[in-house]
Order: sequence, then structure tokens, then C-alpha cells
Amino acid sequence: MDFITTHLLSLILFLPTLAAIILLFLPVKRVKLLRWFALGASLIPFLLTLAMWAQFQSGTPGFQFVEQVPWYAALSSSYHLGIDGISLLMILLTTLLTPLALLASFSVTERVKPYLFLFLLLETGMLGVFMALDLLLFFVFWEVGLIPMYFLIAQWGSANRNYASLKFILFTMAGSLGLLLAIQMMGVVTGTYDLVQLFKVWPNLDTARSLFGLPVESVKSIAFWAFVIAFAIKVPVWPFHTWLPDAHTEAPTAGSMILAGVMLKLGAYGFLRLVLPLFPAQSHAYAGWLAALGAMAIIMGALSAYGQTDFKRLVAYSSINHMGFVVLGIAAAAWAAGTQDATLALNGAVLQMFNHGLSAAGMFFLVGVIYDRTHTRNLNDFGGFYAVLPIYGSVLIFTAMGSLGLPGLGGFVSEFLVVRGAWPVFTAATALSMIGLFFTGAYMLKALKQVLHGPVNEKWQHHLSEINVRELFVISPLMVLMLVIGFWPASLLEVINRAITMFKF
Amino acid sequence: MLPFLSLIIFIPMAAGIIILLLPAERREWILGTALAAVVLDLLLSAWVYATYNIAAGGYQFLEQLPWVPALGISYHVGVDGISTPLVLMAGVVVFCGVLISWNVQERPREFFAFLMFLASSVFGVFSSLDLFMLFFFFELAVFPKYLMIVMYGWPKTREYGGMKLTLYLFIGSVVALIGALAIYFGSGKYTFDLLELAKAGFNVEFQKLWFPFVFLGFAILGGIFPFHSWAPDGHVAAPTAISMLLAGVEMKVGAFAALRVGIELLPEGARSWAWLILILATINIVYGAFIAMIQSDFKYVIGFSSVSHMGLVLLGFATLNEKGLLGSGMQMFSHGVMTACFFAVVGMVYDRAHTREITKLGGFFKKMPWAAVGFIVAGLVSMGMPGFSGFNAELPIFMGAWQATPKLPDLLGGAQLSGAVVAIIAILGVVITAAYILLVARRVFFGDLPAEYSEVSDVTVFDKLAIGLLSFIMIGLGWLPGMMAPMVQSGVKSILAILGGT
Repeated sequence: MDFITTHLLSLILFLPTLAAIILLFLPVKRVKLLRWFALGASLIPFLLTLAMWAQFQSGTPGFQFVEQVPWYAALSSSYHLGIDGISLLMILLTTLLTPLALLASFSVTERVKPYLFLFLLLETGMLGVFMALDLLLFFVFWEVGLIPMYFLIAQWGSANRNYASLKFILFTMAGSLGLLLAIQMMGVVTGTYDLVQLFKVWPNLDTARSLFGLPVESVKSIAFWAFVIAFAIKVPVWPFHTWLPDAHTEAPTAGSMILAGVMLKLGAYGFLRLVLPLFPAQSHAYAGWLAALGAMAIIMGALSAYGQTDFKRLVAYSSINHMGFVVLGIAAAAWAAGTQDATLALNGAVLQMFNHGLSAAGMFFLVGVIYDRTHTRNLNDFGGFYAVLPIYGSVLIFTAMGSLGLPGLGGFVSEFLVVRGAWPVFTAATALSMIGLFFTGAYMLKALKQVLHGPVNEKWQHHLSEINVRELFVISPLMVLMLVIGFWPASLLEVINRAITMFKF
Repeated sequence: MLPFLSLIIFIPMAAGIIILLLPAERREWILGTALAAVVLDLLLSAWVYATYNIAAGGYQFLEQLPWVPALGISYHVGVDGISTPLVLMAGVVVFCGVLISWNVQERPREFFAFLMFLASSVFGVFSSLDLFMLFFFFELAVFPKYLMIVMYGWPKTREYGGMKLTLYLFIGSVVALIGALAIYFGSGKYTFDLLELAKAGFNVEFQKLWFPFVFLGFAILGGIFPFHSWAPDGHVAAPTAISMLLAGVEMKVGAFAALRVGIELLPEGARSWAWLILILATINIVYGAFIAMIQSDFKYVIGFSSVSHMGLVLLGFATLNEKGLLGSGMQMFSHGVMTACFFAVVGMVYDRAHTREITKLGGFFKKMPWAAVGFIVAGLVSMGMPGFSGFNAELPIFMGAWQATPKLPDLLGGAQLSGAVVAIIAILGVVITAAYILLVARRVFFGDLPAEYSEVSDVTVFDKLAIGLLSFIMIGLGWLPGMMAPMVQSGVKSILAILGGT
């Protein structure tokens, strides 16, 4: 028992890997066994996360459930894990979405074993990023998640998967490269990779020093941009977003759920965990740029989504739109650090990360459900499905409303908080974002209209089967959570707000 | 205590002689003898690795016998934190080389006998503490290498590749030998003992003059630009097991000798020539990767990738600081295991497809999943993906490069080169590597299987064992760098003591 309580993070982190290794030894033909094993195994980290939530002291500053053992001692890097309220929320999102995505993957029939194996490894990679308190360890997990996702898209994706997967990995790796150089440089300059120490040392470097022949401030600015670009590609912030529509559209359904639900949050989390505390001065100085890019993402994402005829691509662009609010909130907080507005905006940004995780995963799943039945994603081929599939139609409407931010559902609370916090700080960018919000409504309604309403396309009249019980099991937890957060946002905001008020940057 | 190092060196040699005495048609005896020898060597080298006392550091498992006392030559062996991992790596690669050669049909007696001699020679170099003995083992490799390439190699280029490799390495060793003789006579001690020579205290001018001879002479075998072109031609021409040994172990022999004789005996020379090695190594990394990317032959891609990766080892040497040398030590091990895995897989594909044209291959994952996974793991190591051994080796090299402060000689203006710029340029090699590895892996192992290969068989159990062992090491070292870094660090510490300060 003692071991479990003192190594809770490690257990959550590596249980999926352990399950993946066990999975390798199960008979390849027993597809049912493989699926249920993976699903069951992925539920354990979720339950442990709930237990951790129960023990989490949201009023205590600093990191909790800390574990530290030497890892790469020669480089002063240690296996240092720990969480605060923000990471706790992201871990919960990851461990919740993974079993749901695995349940959604029951429709995968081809090479089930390697698929599930990669999926479980992916979970470890993502969780590691949210737990790492060592810069090197953070980078390791940051990259480790890439490989399984690359193979999931390249091997189980749809027609254009080769192009999409290569674009995905090259974009992300290009960003990682600058990040890696900056990390190396910081390790060389400070002699440590431990984040808790770096938070103290790095922002307070003696400005009179010169590093590599350049003034300290210039080196810091360069490193800042290296970090920002790496994370901006992942979020993705306009104009680094072009990999996303391809990757999300071509990935298998569960892959898209995780990509949009969790992997985009890795970028936003990088901003929160690393960029703001390590580069407070630079974040403040360049916050205006970031806000402008966030506003651009909101508007361009919404307009592009409106222009799509591919249902999945439309949902993919909606992610750019929604993640723009996260960026806007972070930018406002960076500019107005320490004020009430900053706290509000950051609360909104973190809650938006969680909400978007729910709604994007839900939307991608529902696109997958209809694709499994029709084998097309073209909006013009659909029509009048509400009459044929009333339950599916209702679920889709509900989830779409959660996504566009209808009051009463989660998305509204978080977007409101971001806008409220950012308005006094970046009035123009926020005002422009409101226009983007208008288009969000437009493209969602357009999608609903094309899929559900209008005359029934004759082609599908007798070929459509209603959403089944398994599929309802996938979507219902997401719907319940959207509703709970919408009506009782305090359930999460309490943890978030306490984490943010103690957050030093 | 058993004479572990002598056993490691001479067991393969004895096995080689026994194999030559066996009747050629007794295939199973030949294979059995070879396998027994490499299993023993693997176990012994693992034992040496496991029992090396890191806290004590320095040379351990020492043995010394007079050999030609009149000339100051002795049989003197011992290993330190740098060479112990290399002995283990050679043990692993030789073992896997025998496993994947299990189905060699053509004249197996000579094949395995030569393979054994080659193994003896590399173990000999890694554990030599006598300059003459080091050369002796260094040259011992030439004949088995040459013969195996021309006898068993790829018919199209084996004569060219074998001849080119032999000539390059021969010239390199002659140049190095001149330097070594200068050290012998210059020391005034008339001894070839490396530990004695290290105390000789050569004056700076002497060191500056002779360092390039020794270092470059050996580094040719390490694939240093612009003397690297033997490597891809030689690797491609060689039969699979020899490619594994050539790229995996022999290139490390070159780099290791350049470190042990060049940098450790002539530290001041190293310091004044560091700028040149730094530049050449950076060219190795980036240029090697570029050339690898445009190859249409599967095996040439891997051949050139070795040139690029050995550049990282040399870059680490050139930094002459703690992080850089640590990274080089790790990279020598990691690259040895990785490239052995690469060449093993290339050989398995070629044996079945009878072509290495990337455009004609495809879909082999379905037919040989183990080989494909082995290639992917080695590919991830080579692109420096975190979680695999390559990352833990390359990272300190880059950190070392950031800290490096080589000065140009006064003749060229005496300016200080920026290590930061070197690191930024060199990391380009990593991006290019990622691009070509992903492309090759996709073309060869994924996509549609051409119809003519629909009948190809999966790899054998022994192949799987080799791939499994190599992959296990690459992933294990990726997650637990502490399994090796402290040992290499202890070796680096004594080199830093020689280099003085910093």
C-alpha cells in the first residue's frame, strides 16, 4: 500500500506501458480478449487518477505527489515527477479519454494488436509530459508520444494518410528541434535540468553576463521563441496550424479523439508549465503578438471550418478555432501577470483546455460513427439523418452545442472567462475574437443542417443503423461532464483557480 | 582471478584455428564451434562490464607479460571506463553476427574462421595497453576483412569495395604508424607501453607536429571526412555479418585508437588541432546525412548514415570537455549496436528480395515483422529520438559542443570558433536523418508488397534473437542511461586529467 501511495504518479504513468508489454504476449487471434484487456488496463490509471484527485490538497502551494530519483546523473537530470492543479486536470483528461478512445476503437478490425499496443504507449507519452518536473524528462515524453501517433495515422488512417502522417511528424519535429537546442543551451548555462531549480535560476540570470558572445537578454529571447514555436506548432497557433487539418482528418477515429482531445493540450500546457515561468519578461514583452495570433486562430479557424465540405475537416478546423481561446487567455495572463484579469483569463484558458478535450473528442467520435456507416465524410452526401437516426441526431446536437459554447454547457463558461479576462488587456484582439465566435455558431449550425436536416438522401434511407450501445457508452461520459461543468463550473474551477493563484510567473 | 581479457581476445582466435582444421563438410561442427566461442565471449565481456569497479576507475583487469623486452614491447592488456563498454558492444555484435550468418551456405569453414579472427583483433585493440600490440591487433583485421569482402561480398562491387577499403585503411595505418614511431623515439624511454608513454611529457611543438599523423591515421578507420568514402563502399560490398562488424565495431576501433593514442598521448596536440577536427566532424555529420538521403540503394543509405554518426563521435572528441567525451563514449556503444541492427535487417531483406533498390521494395512488414521492428528501433536511435540510446549519447555531445571553445591557429587569425554555431549546424544532421529514415522505412516496410515477393519467408528464430537482443539494448539504454554513463564518466575523468584542468 505504501508503495502505491508514494509512487502514485509513476504507477499511473507506466501502467499503460506495462499493459502494452503484456498485450504483446496475448494471442493475436483473440481479438476480443485483446480489446477488453486494453480497455480494462486503461481503466486502472483512470481510477488511480480519481484516487489522486481525492487526496490532492488544492490549497497547498507547490507540487504534490513528488517523486525524484537520479536519472541521467552525468547531465544533472533526474526522474522528477510532480503535479499541481493544472497538471492534475490534464492527467484526468488523458486517463479519461484513453479508455473512451479504446472503446471507440472496437470498430478497428485490422491488425488489432499493434494498434492497441501503440495506443497504450501513446498514453504513457502524454501523461509523462503532464507529470515531468525535469526539462529533459519533459522533452523525452514530449517526443515519445509522437512515434505511436505517427504510426497510428500512417497505418490505420484513411486514404491520404501517408502525406498527413509525414506532415504531422515533420512539423512537430521541426518545432522540437529548436526546443531541443534551447534546452541543451539552458542545461549548459545553468548546469541543471531540474525545473524547480530552473524556475529560480533561469529568469534571474545575471544580465551583465554574455553567453556565447551575445548578451543574456538576446539569448533568452531566442530561447523564448524556440520554446514558443515548438509549442505553437503543437497547439496549433495560426500560422503553424496547417498540419492539423490533414492529420486530424486522416487519423483513425480514436486517433483523432486523442489528437484533438489531449495532444493539442500538450502545446498549451508547455506554455503554462515552461514558457510563462521560465520567460516571464519575454512573455510579457511579446504577449501582444501572441494575442494577435490567438485572435487570428479564432477567426481563421472559424472561417476555414465554415468553408469545408468534409465533416471531419470541419471539426478539425474547429479545434484551431477553440484552441485560439486558450492562446488568447495565456497571452492576456502573460501581459497582465498578477492582476485579477490575468487570473480570470488563465482560469478560462485551463478550463477551455479541459472542455475542448471533451467536446473535440466527442465531435470526432460522432464523425467516426457516421463515417463507419456511410463510408463518406462529404457533408453534401448527408441530409435528413435526424429522421432516420433520432438518437444519434440528438447526441450530435448536444455535443455540437457544447462545442460552440452554448450557455449551460462547459464551453460557454471557459470562453466567457477568457473573454472577460482578456477584454481589458487586449480589447481589440478580444473584440475580433467575438466575431470569430459568431462564425463558430455558423459553421456548427451549417454542419448540423447538412447532416441532420433537409430531405433524406435516398442513398442512405434503408442502410443506416442507429448509434449502438457501445457507442453510447463512449459519448455519454463526455456529455455528462459537459453538462456538469456547464451548470457547476466550480467543481473544476476551484482546483484550477487555486493552482493559478499560486502559480508564479 | 581468471585472465578475463586474454580469454576474450584468444577464445575467438583459438576457435578460428580449430574451425580451419575441421573438415569443410562438417557444417554443424563449424557452426557449433563459432557459436560456442561467441557465446563465451559475450558472457565474459558482460562479466567484465558488470564487475568493472566504477568507483575505483582507471585501468582494470590488467595483465602484463614481456613479449619483446629488447624493444620495450610487452603483452599488456587492461580496460577503463571508455573501453569496457566497447568490449561489451563488440561481444554483442560478434554474437549477433554469428546468429544472423547461420544460413551461410558458401564455404562456411573459411567464413566463420575469418569472422573469429576479426573478432579477436577488435577485442585486442580495445584492451591493448601497449602501442605495438595495439598496432598488431589493428593490422590483424586487414586480411580477414579483405578476404571476406572479396570472397563473400556483393558480386558487383566486392573487388572494388574490398580493395578500396584495404588501401584506405592501409594508408591510414601507415600514417598512424609513422606517428607512433615518432612517439616511441621521441619519448626517449624506448617503450611501447601506453601507460609509460602517457607520462613521457612530450613538448608542445612535438605534440603539434605528430598529433595529426596519429589522429587522422586512425580516424580514417573511423570514417573522418574527407577520407570516409571507403566506408559506404566497403560496407555495401561486404557480406552482412562483416558489414555489421565493419560499421558497428571496426569504425569504433579507429575512433578509439585515435582517442587513446592521439588525444591521450598528445593532449596539447589535440588542443591545438581541435578546431580542425571540429570542422571535419561537423561536415561528417551534415554531409554524411545529406548523401545518405539521396541514395537509392537501401544499404548505401545505412552506409552513409554511419559516416554521419561517426561524425558525432569525432565531434565529441573535438570538444575535449567532459560532456562531449562522455557523449562520444556513449555514442560509440550506441552506434555500434544500432548499425549492427541496421545492417542485419538490410541483409535479411536482401537475402529475400535479391535487390536493394528502395523503389522496388515495399510492404515487407507483413512478411517479416521482426526485421521491420528492428529497423524502426534502430531508425529511432539514429534520429536521436528520446527514449532510445541515441538520444542519451547525442545530447551530451551537443552539450559539449555548446561549451567547446577551440581556437584557430595563429596562422589563420587565431580567432575563437563558436561551439554554439557548431551545435546548431550539426543538429541539422539530426533532421536530415529523421527524414531519410522515415522515408526508407516507409518505402521498404510499408505500402504494398510487390507481387514477386508474395512468397518470401519470415526471418529465422536466430535472426529474431539477434534483433531482439540489439533492440532490447537500444531501448534499455534509452530509458536507463545510468546503466552506462557513470562508467564512461570515470573513463572521461582520467582523460580530462591528462588534458589538464577544465
